[in-house]
Amino acid sequence: MSNPLQLSALDPTDEAWSVTKLVSAAKRLVEGEFVPVWIRGEVVGLKAWSSGHWYFNLRDRSTQVRCCMWSRYTIAAGKPPQDGTEVFVLGRPGIYEAKGDFQLNVTRLIPTAAIGAAQRELERVKEALRRDGLLDPARKRPIPELATTVAVVTSTAGAALRDVMTVVGKRWPCCRLLVVNARVQGDGAVGALVRALRLVNRIPGVELCIVGRGGGGREDLAAFNSEKVCRALAEVRVPTISAVGHETDLSLTDLVADVRAPTPSAAAEIAVADRREVLRQLDDLAARLAGGLSSRTRLGAERLARTADRLHGTIEAVFRRERHRWDRLAAQLDALSPLRILDRGYAVPVGPDGYVLKRREQFVPGAPFRLRVADGSVAARVESP
Amino acid sequence: MSIAQDLARLEEIVRKLEADDVELDAALELFEEGVARLRAARERLGAAEVKVQTVLEEAGGDLRLTDLDG
Repeated sequence: MSNPLQLSALDPTDEAWSVTKLVSAAKRLVEGEFVPVWIRGEVVGLKAWSSGHWYFNLRDRSTQVRCCMWSRYTIAAGKPPQDGTEVFVLGRPGIYEAKGDFQLNVTRLIPTAAIGAAQRELERVKEALRRDGLLDPARKRPIPELATTVAVVTSTAGAALRDVMTVVGKRWPCCRLLVVNARVQGDGAVGALVRALRLVNRIPGVELCIVGRGGGGREDLAAFNSEKVCRALAEVRVPTISAVGHETDLSLTDLVADVRAPTPSAAAEIAVADRREVLRQLDDLAARLAGGLSSRTRLGAERLARTADRLHGTIEAVFRRERHRWDRLAAQLDALSPLRILDRGYAVPVGPDGYVLKRREQFVPGAPFRLRVADGSVAARVESP
Repeated sequence: MSIAQDLARLEEIVRKLEADDVELDAALELFEEGVARLRAARERLGAAEVKVQTVLEEAGGDLRLTDLDG
């Protein structure tokens, strides 16, 4: 059993880790493994330092974990909870190197009772809205198909507006987006959203309104559950789309709006048409327009040809009839021609001034005149009265 | 006149042209109007980029539109 190699492997002198090396390795391991998680537990032994940092333990029936919460996070959490308060904390597990302690670095702390109260308030507002018919499906208006003027109520600094602009830019560049800036979270968000929604009703030419914001924590979305905001949304005179947070977030504005979109990008897709599709539709209409006219022209041409045939026949008939009449008239005219009379052996005396001599007194003895006959004229002279 | 109205009128024109009871000169008029509507709709769709404006209420209550940069 006295294997020198084994002894050598167990010999601690060369290979011992320093404490620092161990704690650092553990820290890397723990902090690399965990993302921030929500944990439910009871607060015990909370110490709130004048710096604003809080230290406490979070425990359940069988164990506990040390927690620290820096001042920049404790500000949002309000007053320090009393011992025994049940809370939800959002924290990232880590190792405090100086002491080698496993601890939770907490960024959010919400008493579970507050969540319960928030839930009760949500139910109250929902019931009030339902009672007033604002959640009635019959109230829902259809989204206009080819809207080109769309109001967007959101924060001009937020991701929601960028997402909407990107999607609309790709799908429907002929669109005009009218952005009404409003705080979407924190103090004043409710008032700002109500004012912005009322302003939408005063913008001429708006066909549709998107209201929303990008993703955020539960409290960040709270304004979209406010009764005032919901009622202002219901009073917007054009169809509305609510797009608050991510797919999994559902807010009361989603229920009041005419359409709920899972995200601001999705809202933009619902709001505007796809240009390529409409262009295809136009191409189809252009083809049908041309086809419609050419079939109409063909029909017209056929009708014209038939009319021309008939017209032609009629003109010929008229012409034939008139031709006979013409011939008859020509014959009559011919018969009446003075030349034809001369042909029959008559002669016409014509005075030197060109007048036809018709009476005895026109013939002066000795005066010359001419006699017109069938093939010319001859000189003559009056002999006696 | 909006794109929606252009499209609706075009549909109506095409349906009339495809029916057989339009006189030729009426058909020609419809066709000419159709071509004009097509051109107008295509022009509208040809816009290069979205126009983004912010709407502000001024002290007096008037609305002011400002182009949004970017």
